[in-house]
Amino acid sequence: MTPPTERRMLTPEEYRQAQDSPEFTELRRRFRRFAFPMTVAFFSWYLLYVLLSTYADDFMATDVFGDVNVGILLGLGQFVTTFLITQLYVRHADRNTDPIADEMRDRLEHHEYARETPAVDGGTQGATRA
Amino acid sequence: MPDTVPAVDVMAADSTVGEPAINIAIFGFFVLITLVITFRASRNNKTAADYYAAGRNISGTQNGLAIAGDYLSAASFLGIAGAIALFGYDGFLYSIGFLVAWLVALLLVAELLRNTARFTMADVLAFRMRQRPVRMAAAISTLAVCLFYLVAQMSGAGGLVTLLLGIEGEAAQALVVVLVGALMIIYVLVGGMRGTTYVQIIKASLLIAGALVMTLWVLGKYGFSLSALLGGAAETASEQTAPVDVLAPGAQYGATGTSQLDFVSLGLALVLGTAGLPHVLMRFYTVPTAKDARKSVVWAIWLIGIFYLFSLVIGYGAGALVGADEIVGAPGGQNSAAPLLAFELGGSVLLGIIAGVAFATILAVVAGLTITASASFAHDIYASVIKKGEVSPNGEVRVARITAVVIGAVAIGLGILALQAGLNIAFLVALAFAVAASANLPTILYTLFWKRFTTQGALWSIYGGLIACVGLIVFSPVVSGDPAALFPDVDFAWFPLKNPGIVSIPLSFFLGWLGTVVSKEAPDTDKYAELEVRSLTGIGAEKAVQH
Repeated sequence: MTPPTERRMLTPEEYRQAQDSPEFTELRRRFRRFAFPMTVAFFSWYLLYVLLSTYADDFMATDVFGDVNVGILLGLGQFVTTFLITQLYVRHADRNTDPIADEMRDRLEHHEYARETPAVDGGTQGATRA
Repeated sequence: MPDTVPAVDVMAADSTVGEPAINIAIFGFFVLITLVITFRASRNNKTAADYYAAGRNISGTQNGLAIAGDYLSAASFLGIAGAIALFGYDGFLYSIGFLVAWLVALLLVAELLRNTARFTMADVLAFRMRQRPVRMAAAISTLAVCLFYLVAQMSGAGGLVTLLLGIEGEAAQALVVVLVGALMIIYVLVGGMRGTTYVQIIKASLLIAGALVMTLWVLGKYGFSLSALLGGAAETASEQTAPVDVLAPGAQYGATGTSQLDFVSLGLALVLGTAGLPHVLMRFYTVPTAKDARKSVVWAIWLIGIFYLFSLVIGYGAGALVGADEIVGAPGGQNSAAPLLAFELGGSVLLGIIAGVAFATILAVVAGLTITASASFAHDIYASVIKKGEVSPNGEVRVARITAVVIGAVAIGLGILALQAGLNIAFLVALAFAVAASANLPTILYTLFWKRFTTQGALWSIYGGLIACVGLIVFSPVVSGDPAALFPDVDFAWFPLKNPGIVSIPLSFFLGWLGTVVSKEAPDTDKYAELEVRSLTGIGAEKAVQH
């Protein structure tokens, strides 16, 4: 599915080199370190909310102020955490993953991973520069 | 917006609410505007990328609005408001599930998908697998989800029309469904993805503006106090012929152990379904880069979240100011809660506006579904499986257009049938979500993140999830053995839950794993390297079309 418009298609070898490079390992680690635990967190919190609504309805029906009860407040809390996680993710991507991805994309476009095998040009491309 | 509206008392003519002439005029105006825009958009439709993906020229912000337009279907607007009006808290769960689900799309799917695929969900699922079998499976599940969703929307259109135009006869209702279907086909044929996108942007803006007006109006009546509104809803609910506690959980689902489990199952399907909905995934291909895909999801989350907060107020407002008895007694049943509230607040003009918006909503969503289904058939089944890739892009688009007409016709037929059943639209859509969560999401996640995943694993999780999900629905009380079922007179229901997600979703994950570990073929590590590098860096991603 690689488009024909690329000047020269990247070879499987280049993709392997890129995948094995330390900067890609770092990029993957940074991406997963945010996305995976956060997914577990919001999913558990959502599941807890659903289970409480189903099996702890007395607790959820407890009034907190006026006619506003625990269930409504926790439900609104789901909205708040969703908005919050969205903004945290945007910040994380801007600061931590986009710079590495941009640099790697640039180097891949110039086919730098093809000739990197025996470090030709003295390693100006810092692996951890981000 | 109407400031002072003398509430014309047409309620007496009990089958109709408001002035049909006003409703038709407002709706006709929307259709006219969108048709003009669609025809203008069609000038730039030259290539397959134009037709399927709007040339990848839609901006992140525009796409965010269009996603909201695609996602805030009649289910969201009419179904959720109705469910909250009648069952209060239990209806609230729909909106929370529909919203939280977007985090799956944002964190795990949207950008990676934009970076690796071209037009359809199958592009990414077949990326590192044997192309033809996986494309076929992904296309079948895409068509299944789209059809479920289309039927829900069509049935919503019919119900709405019954309420607003006072059309009672089955033939007249069928005629309206045919009209909706014909318009949808025109949007898709003429405008392609670009035209469809503009229709969705306009519709989302109208819908959110309309909901904002109603929300402020309702809150104004209760001194901008949420507590007072809830109190009002509880008070009205206690005076109805069948009083329920709309503030506590359990009004709809709390009765028995089975119905409680049903609630959990529904919650699971909602939160895992969104990131597997083909028409939502396809929207990510309309933006130039993965960064724009991210931006569009962020916009979508804020717009959708705010809209659901409005729905909470509208739903409780309808429960408080209209009352459950009148809603249930209205021609559209619980789906009529929001229109009835609009009439209660602003008379026939506000009702006309809200009804026009709701109708526009249905049109825009069915157009999005139709283009997705037709793209999947033409790109995956026709071009890749039948013609083995030996087809010109123009030939593919021609097939996509023909498919759009066929799917439109099928949707019209099923929609007319679905009109008779009278199920809550949000509930029908929840079934589409269950299919998406069962057949699509496990395979997408395995494909993107699990190195060892194989063709056999992909086929087992797609077909296993799809068959389990649809099969359990067929043998559930939704289809038979229940007074509210599709076929109330027969009983072949042995599966007790109305939503199968709690069984079919874990089963699909399990089958994907099992199919992989028992398969004899080795995973294609070269293709996985390409997929992983492309998905995270964006190298080789499809570029926007220059005009």
